[in-house]
Amino acid sequence: MALFHSTRRWFGVAAVFSLITLTPLAVILSAFLDPSPDIWAHLSEFVLPRLLWNTFVLMLGVSIGGLLLAVPLAWLIAMYDFPGRRFFSWALMLPLAMPAYVMAFTQIGLFDFTGPIQTWMREVWGTSAAMPPIRSTGGVILVMSLALYPYIYLLARDAFASMGRRALEAGQSLGLSRRQAFFRVALPMARPWIVGGVSLALMETLADFGTVSIFNYDAFTTAIYKAWFGLFSLSSASQLASLLVLLVFVLVWYELRARGRRAYTVTGRGSIQAKRDRLPTLSGLVATAWASVVLGLAFVIPFGQLLWWCRQAIETDLDARYISFVWYSLLLAGLAAVAVAVVALLISYAQRRDARQRTRFAVRLATLGYAVPGTVLAVGVFIPIAWLDNVLLNLFSSYLPEGQTAIFKGTLLVMILAYIARFLAVGFQSVDAAMQRITRSQEETARVLGESGWGLLRRLYLPLLQGGLFTALLMVFVDVMKEMPITLMTRPFGWDTLAVRVFEMTSEGEWERAALPSVAIVLVGLLPVILLAQRRHA
Amino acid sequence: MSVLLELRHISQRYAAQEIVKSLSLQLEQGEIGCLLGHSGCGKTTVLRCIAGFEPIHDGEILLKQQPISRPNQSVPPHQRQIGMVFQDYALFPHLSVADNIGFGLHQHTAPQRQQRITELLELVGLTAHAQAYPHELSGGQQQRVALARALAPKPQLLLLDEPFSNLDVALRERLGQEVREILKREQMTAILVTHDQHEAFAIADQIGVMQAGQIVQWATPYELYHQPANRFVADFVGKGVFVSGTITGSRCVEIEFGEICRVDLDSRGFAVGSRVEVLLRPDDVVHDDFSPLKAQVVNRAFQGEVFLYTLALASGQQVLATVASHHNHRIGEWIGIKLDLDHLIAFPS
Repeated sequence: MALFHSTRRWFGVAAVFSLITLTPLAVILSAFLDPSPDIWAHLSEFVLPRLLWNTFVLMLGVSIGGLLLAVPLAWLIAMYDFPGRRFFSWALMLPLAMPAYVMAFTQIGLFDFTGPIQTWMREVWGTSAAMPPIRSTGGVILVMSLALYPYIYLLARDAFASMGRRALEAGQSLGLSRRQAFFRVALPMARPWIVGGVSLALMETLADFGTVSIFNYDAFTTAIYKAWFGLFSLSSASQLASLLVLLVFVLVWYELRARGRRAYTVTGRGSIQAKRDRLPTLSGLVATAWASVVLGLAFVIPFGQLLWWCRQAIETDLDARYISFVWYSLLLAGLAAVAVAVVALLISYAQRRDARQRTRFAVRLATLGYAVPGTVLAVGVFIPIAWLDNVLLNLFSSYLPEGQTAIFKGTLLVMILAYIARFLAVGFQSVDAAMQRITRSQEETARVLGESGWGLLRRLYLPLLQGGLFTALLMVFVDVMKEMPITLMTRPFGWDTLAVRVFEMTSEGEWERAALPSVAIVLVGLLPVILLAQRRHA
Repeated sequence: MSVLLELRHISQRYAAQEIVKSLSLQLEQGEIGCLLGHSGCGKTTVLRCIAGFEPIHDGEILLKQQPISRPNQSVPPHQRQIGMVFQDYALFPHLSVADNIGFGLHQHTAPQRQQRITELLELVGLTAHAQAYPHELSGGQQQRVALARALAPKPQLLLLDEPFSNLDVALRERLGQEVREILKREQMTAILVTHDQHEAFAIADQIGVMQAGQIVQWATPYELYHQPANRFVADFVGKGVFVSGTITGSRCVEIEFGEICRVDLDSRGFAVGSRVEVLLRPDDVVHDDFSPLKAQVVNRAFQGEVFLYTLALASGQQVLATVASHHNHRIGEWIGIKLDLDHLIAFPS
C-alpha cells in the first residue's frame, strides 16, 4: 500500500514559476530600498514633474476618449438593430490587430502638414491652418483612444447584451423613462465591466512605448529607455521603473476589484438576447454613419494608408533583410508562445492538483506580469541576470576563456524570461478556462478506470485542452510579434524583428519604410481578432 | 456469501470538522448497499474514501480482506479496481459512446476490448448509439453510458454517487429498476449514495441511514420503514406524525385514539406511566364514516389514486391519512377515522 498520493509538490511548481514574474518586480521595487540621493535629486527636479503630469494627462485623456468611443457604440450594438449592425459588432474589434505604435505613425503621416489631408486642404482652400496639429498632446490621446477603445467596447458590449434589456425593463417598470433607465440602471449595472475595460486600456497606455516615442511625448517608458540606452544608467532606469510599477499596481487593484464585482453580479441564464429594437430609419443611418466614422478612423483609413505606403516601398524594401526580420519575428514569437503555453499548462495543472490557498496565490502572482510594462520587465530581468553573470564569472574565471564578460547576458534566455513574465497571463487565461471545463468527476472517472500520471495527461487532459492551448499559443504568438520594448531592450545582437524595424524607421521619420513590416504585424494581429469574433458569434 | 467490502470505524476530517465519525459497514459479495441521508451528512465523503479520493484519518477500509485505506496509507484510486458513476456522469466529450465505454480497457487487446464494448452496449441497450457523442444523447442514455463505462473493466465494486438526481422524476424510477436489473445480472456488488428514499428502496438490498457522519441504522428497506431504530430514521424514511401517549401496561399504550395493546409493542424499555411518542404512518389512519372518532380536514393533497389528508383531532393534534381518492372531502369538514395499526413504533418523549 502506497503513501497517500501527495499533491503538495505542485505548490512548488507554481511557486518556482511565479519567480519569473516576481524576481524582476522585486528587483525593481527594491530600488526604493536603495535610493541614490543624487539620482533622485536629478529626477525629481528635471524629469519627474513633467513625466507625472504627462502620464496623468494621457491617462485621463485616454479614459475619456476610450469611454466616449466605446460605450455608446457598445450600447447601440447590444440593444438596437441598424444597417450593418452585425458587421460592426465584430469589425469594431479590428483595431486590436493594429498596435498603437503603427496607428501612431500612420495617423501622423495622414494628418501632418505634408500628409494627404492637409495637402488636399491647401489645394482646395489654399490653407490648412484650420487643422489642429497632430503632433500634440491631443494627438497622442486621440491615437491611443482609437487604438485602445476595443478593450472597453468588448466588455461593455457583452455586459449590455446580457443584462441591458432587463435593466431597461426593470427601470421602466419602476417609472423611469428609457433615457433615465439607461443612466440610472443599465449604466451603473455595467460599471464593473466598463471599469475593467478602462483599467485594461490604461495598463496598455502605461505600458506603451512605441506611440509615445513616435510622438516624442515624454512618458515613463521612454524615460526608462533613454536612461538605459542614452545615459547608460541602469539605476536611474530602475528608479523610474519602480515608480511606474506603483502606478500600475493601482490599476491592477482597480481591475481586480472590478473583476471581483463582475463575478458577483448575476447576469442570468440564456441571457444572450435575440431580440433587438429596430432603430427608425434616420436614427439607424446616424448609427451606421457614426460606427463607420469610428471604424474608418481606427482601422480602415490607417490600414489603407499603410497599404499605400507599402506599394511604394515594396520594390526597395522587400529584400533579404526583410525576410530576416520576418524570420526572427516568427522564430521569437514561436519560441515564446511555446514557452508560455508550457508554463501556463504547468501552473494551471498545479492549481488543479493542489487547491490550497497558497497555490492559488502563487499562480496569481505568476500571472501578474500582464500589467507590468515591457520596459520595466526588461530592466527587471536584466539586473538579476547581470548579477548572476558576475557571480558565475568570478567563480569560474579560471575555466573560462580570457575576456569573456557575459554568460546569460544578451542571450535569448533573458528575452524569453521577460516574455514569459509579460504574457503568461494571456496564455494562462485560455488554458485555465479550458482546464476548468474539465470537471473533477471526469478526472476521477479516468482515475478509477485505471489511468494516472502521464496517462491521465495524454488521454484526458491534452485532448480536452487542445482548444485552450491553441488559443494560448496564438494569442502569445501575436502579442510577441507586436511587442516592442522588451524586444528592443533585450534582444541578442542581430536579432532584429519586424517591430524593431518599425521602431528604427519611425525614429527616423521614414513612415513609408516602416509600413511594410507594420502590414505584416497587422495581418498576423488579425488572427486572434477573427478567433475572438467567431467565438462570440458561435 | 463472503464479505467483499468492510469499513472499520473510519473517520474523516476536513479542517477541524469531522465529516465521517467512526463509521463501520460490511457488504456481502453481490449485494447492493445504499447510504441514505440529507445533503451534508457525509455520505458522499464515505463513497470518496472507498474510491480512494479522500484519505481516512482513523480506521481502515478492506476490500476482499485486503486493506486499501488506512490513515496515511492508501492504494491509489487507479489500482483499486473500483468503478464509479458520478452524479454528472462525467462522460468524456471528446470520445464516442464506444470509446467512452472502452476507456478503462486499455490493458486489453483490441479484439477483447471490442468484444467487451459490444457486450456492454447490448447490456445497456445502446448498440445503435455506439458511434454517437455524449452531447447527442438524452440524459437517461448518458446515464447508461456512464454505467456501462464503469462496468466495462469488471470492477470488484461499483460506487454510484446520486446517479439519478439529474433526471426527471418519471425517468428516475424506471431507470432505478433497470440499473438494479443490470447490476444483478452482472452480479455486481455496489454502493449507492442518495438523498431520495424512493431511489434507495428501488435499488438497494441494504440501506444505511446516515446522520452527521454516522450510520444510525443499517437494514433492509422494509425494516427501515416498519422498524425505524430511532426518531430520526422514523422521520426521515416515509411520512408520518408523532402523537404523544402514555405507557399503560406491559404491551399497552394510551393515545388520543384510545388505548392500544399489541403483542409487537416492545414497551420493555418503558416504565408504566412514562410518556412516549408514537409514530402514526398515513396508512395507519383509516377513513371510516361510521367511526365515533371524528377529525377535521385541515389540508389535502390530491395524489391521483389517493388523497393525503392532514386531519386535526379534537385536541388540535394533527395526523396524516391516505384515503382512496373517491372520498372527496372539503377542508373544514369533520370526518370519521379509526386506527388500523399493524405494529407500534414508540420512542421515549
